[in-house]
Amino acid sequence: MKKLLTIITLGLASLAAIPAQAAGVVDERLSAYKAEGAGPFDAERGKAMWTKKYTHAKADKARSCSTCHTDDPRAIGKHARTGKAIKPLAPSVNPKRLTEVREIEKWFMRNCKWTVGRKCTPQEKGDILSYLRNL
Amino acid sequence: MKLKRISIMALAACMLASGAVMADDDWGWSRRGPDVAPVKNDLYKSECGSCHFAYQPGLLPAASWKKLMGGLEDHFGENAELFEQSRKELTDYLVANAADKSDFYRSRKIARSAGNDAPLRITDVPYIRYKHNEIPARVLKNNSDVRSLSNCAACHTRAETGSFAEREIRIPGVGYWEDD
Repeated sequence: MKKLLTIITLGLASLAAIPAQAAGVVDERLSAYKAEGAGPFDAERGKAMWTKKYTHAKADKARSCSTCHTDDPRAIGKHARTGKAIKPLAPSVNPKRLTEVREIEKWFMRNCKWTVGRKCTPQEKGDILSYLRNL
Repeated sequence: MKLKRISIMALAACMLASGAVMADDDWGWSRRGPDVAPVKNDLYKSECGSCHFAYQPGLLPAASWKKLMGGLEDHFGENAELFEQSRKELTDYLVANAADKSDFYRSRKIARSAGNDAPLRITDVPYIRYKHNEIPARVLKNNSDVRSLSNCAACHTRAETGSFAEREIRIPGVGYWEDD
């Protein structure tokens, strides 16, 4: 049993930063955004967007991705309104993240409108996903 | 030896489970089952429960749920939009299990007190307001671990199971709560 655990632990440690399932889905998303005319994608630009503060008509104070998710997407976040804990967004620490196209696009739809005050462009979405996958 | 331990654990589990269905009501006598039907829909748990407590459908009448699910782009000031397929599926689930369609004790109380109104907030249901009306601000609004009446699970320790019995209330920083 101990041996098996050791093998599993070593196995996990040797994996790349992002689990295979998320990597496949993110690759698919990036191709889809490219088909919409976006790209190339830049993780650094995604990182800058992550903490960029936006103000718009519906925001009583400046909002950013980090308002709820914290400055580090590998950390546990906190919903700005309800205070409910938000599991880490980076697939390197939460392998369930970025594994479903529907979830990715739903959260972009909701959270870009809340944060930025509009839908995100395919370029912005590609940059953000590139940032998250590299963490 | 191992078998013995398993059987003791199984016995303990049964005792816990039977305790759960024999929750006390406000007047202290035993009543079967939770106060509202527990959430059984996984889509609901994940879609709605990722931002807030997954309020049981039996906490609002069907008319309230219909109205609420028709305005998710402005959900109490937040954007909670869903793709149409999920929105429809969840609306059907909420409406089918709403307070006025439920036989559970508190659901019947809620449905009766709402009457023909369709309150958008559970905290605007007259019965819910009445049940919480004497709680002072220091315990609720000014308590950073509670902040709002909408934060059910902060004090109702078994809220997720649909049980809101008074003896299960533990207010953060205050402890037991006695309603008299």
